[in-house]
Amino acid sequence: MLTFETVFGERIGSVFHGWTNKIREINKKYEKPRIKMSRGVRIALLFLRIYLILLVLLLGYKFWTLLT
Amino acid sequence: MFTMDIGSTFFYKYRRFIKTLKIYLLLAGPGLIVMLADNDAGGITTYTVTGAKYGYGLIWFLLLLLPVAYIVQEMTVRLGAVTKRGHAEAIFDAFGSFWGWFSFIDLALVNWLTLITEFIGMTAALAIFHIPPVVTVVIVSVVMMLMVLQGKYWTWEKIAIMFAALNVIYIPAAFLVHPSVGEVLKIGLVPHFPGGFTATLFFFLMANIGTTIAPWMIFFQQSSVVDKGMKEKDIPWGQVDTLIGSAFTVLVAIFLVVVTGTVLYGTEVESAAQAASIMMTTNPWLGTLIAIGLFNAGFLGAICISLASSWAFGEVFGWAHSLNLKIREAPWFYACYLFALVTAGGVVLIPNAPLVLITLFVQVIAVTLLPAALVFLILLLNNEEIMGKYKNTTLQNIAGTAIVVAIIILSTLYGITTLFPEWLT
Repeated sequence: MLTFETVFGERIGSVFHGWTNKIREINKKYEKPRIKMSRGVRIALLFLRIYLILLVLLLGYKFWTLLT
Repeated sequence: MFTMDIGSTFFYKYRRFIKTLKIYLLLAGPGLIVMLADNDAGGITTYTVTGAKYGYGLIWFLLLLLPVAYIVQEMTVRLGAVTKRGHAEAIFDAFGSFWGWFSFIDLALVNWLTLITEFIGMTAALAIFHIPPVVTVVIVSVVMMLMVLQGKYWTWEKIAIMFAALNVIYIPAAFLVHPSVGEVLKIGLVPHFPGGFTATLFFFLMANIGTTIAPWMIFFQQSSVVDKGMKEKDIPWGQVDTLIGSAFTVLVAIFLVVVTGTVLYGTEVESAAQAASIMMTTNPWLGTLIAIGLFNAGFLGAICISLASSWAFGEVFGWAHSLNLKIREAPWFYACYLFALVTAGGVVLIPNAPLVLITLFVQVIAVTLLPAALVFLILLLNNEEIMGKYKNTTLQNIAGTAIVVAIIILSTLYGITTLFPEWLT
């Protein structure tokens, strides 16, 4: 089985292992948003998602123009 | 009898004023530091170039930035004092891990890149005095480490205020150039668009807005309020502190515009370091003041930005994260701080490093984080469960939302025009 320990060795592997465990722990701790998902909050978060997707598309386009 | 009454009333008022001043000096800090650090190396460059390009013509616009900066930053004071949490932790808690990780990773990246620009400013400023970049980077890193390692938030804060006070160096600099006060008031205070509303002018307006509110400021002030241990009862003092800081940041910007608007009006200038070099040839005192100011701006910005990142790391990963802790009590917090300093300083020392590209990239990446940070701020400040009686009032919401929408639109356009400058023409 491929683990961090077999790829990077015992010492570095255990550090990576510790980090992934920590991230999993954080994800679990903040799994459910505390804020009440009212209509206003949903709209704001939807706006942010669309905004970020558009920005990523623009960055991608810039990268494409630089390559070509 | 009557004279005695006046005397005792005056004495009572004087005693009251001194007492109020003492309390303010005790509680002052986060607002003053964040606002003066707002005039960082990038900010100083923007104001320098604005003055050289448009003279006193955009001073009225800088005045408009005072309420903008105050209204946004004041919300972080209330949020920090009520929740006792930094902005990174507050986003994780309120909006879940997806938005939490997005904000945190984006903040870490944009802060690190901005830190590089602060080092660029500092090394360029001291290069005017023939100090090699490597010496600047090493000395700055050592001083910044010593500042945090003494183990007391209070001491760090007072040292930082001392550096922040040096930011007002542009005020005496303005007196050195003997501007015509009548002209400054006549041209500067009447709202108008010098040379008409052109694409270039619009770019300058966007750049000035972009330097007024940066993502790190929101994270820094909230974490700073928490680390200082401010409570709900201290909110009015935090608000006064932020207001005084906002006034100073705008004042410094105006005086710098007056300096470059008087001396360099009509000269093609690309950076504050270049402006200082030009001034050194005509007026060495002035050039020296501008160079010292640029170095100090970069230094102040670097202090706040590296701390904002370390606090955010501590909050998210649950490590001890306070300037009140010794290095053995919060090793990861100080390791993050050192890592950010050493790596950002190291990048500046790499021969032929793409520093101009990094500076442009900062503006683009900041645009991805700023709207999210501002929207989360407004949403959190409207949550009664989190904020209780300190939530936004209707008036605060109208002002806050209008400003946030305007900042999002202008900073996005700024980021896009940085990416595609050809679209501007």
